[in-house]
Amino acid sequence: MKFWFGSLVLDAAARLIAPAVLLYAVYVVAHGHTGPGGGFQGGVLFAAGLILVKLVRGSGPGRWEIRPALALVLACSGVIVYGGIGLVALAFGGNYLDYSAPGLLGDPVTERIVGTVGIEVAVALTVAGVILLVFDALAAWDLDEEPL
Amino acid sequence: MKPLAIALMALAAGVLFIAFAALPPFGDPAAPAATHVSPRYIEQGPAETGATNLVTGVLADYRGYDTLGEVVVIFTAGLACLLIVGGGRRLRLDSGVE
Repeated sequence: MKFWFGSLVLDAAARLIAPAVLLYAVYVVAHGHTGPGGGFQGGVLFAAGLILVKLVRGSGPGRWEIRPALALVLACSGVIVYGGIGLVALAFGGNYLDYSAPGLLGDPVTERIVGTVGIEVAVALTVAGVILLVFDALAAWDLDEEPL
Repeated sequence: MKPLAIALMALAAGVLFIAFAALPPFGDPAAPAATHVSPRYIEQGPAETGATNLVTGVLADYRGYDTLGEVVVIFTAGLACLLIVGGGRRLRLDSGVE
């Protein structure tokens, strides 16, 4: 980011809000199977919390931020984890993404919950990574520079 | 070439409109989807998937393959966004710090 909007009031407000937003994002992902929420919503919330910090405090050492390189890794790993969970079921002789195929946890319903939460986390990783990447790409734009 | 393209589009649109007329009315309880798939999801969903949130049960379990496609779409759209916003310049992925 070439500029940010830091001020005393914004800084105090962001300090108050940002940790709650990030924690709530984790809650939304983790409770997606018992209530409203899930990977898409939680990922967006997580990215929004980090973008708030970046808008107020800029980026640099010691800031709460996920750098674009790491965001790209997160976005890719979400897709890979999701596909990998499907392949695990395939490796145990079930259908693709059939979470109860491995039969390691005994109860098939428990296994399906584990699989569901697993893919929710993967979705959240991809969504958060993509949104952070798009924000960074926009924020890296030099306003004085002529577009090519 | 252009008249041919227009004629083909008109033909395709006509076929689609005829097919559209044959669809069941919106919200019809007698539609095939509402008589086979939906009751099964609603009645067996929580017991089979363990997800008390029916939306998640369908989205992540019954239709997990569809959601995988969604995630790949979001991922691809994000990368395309980067390419467009980057304007052909190399993106500085090492750090956002100037």
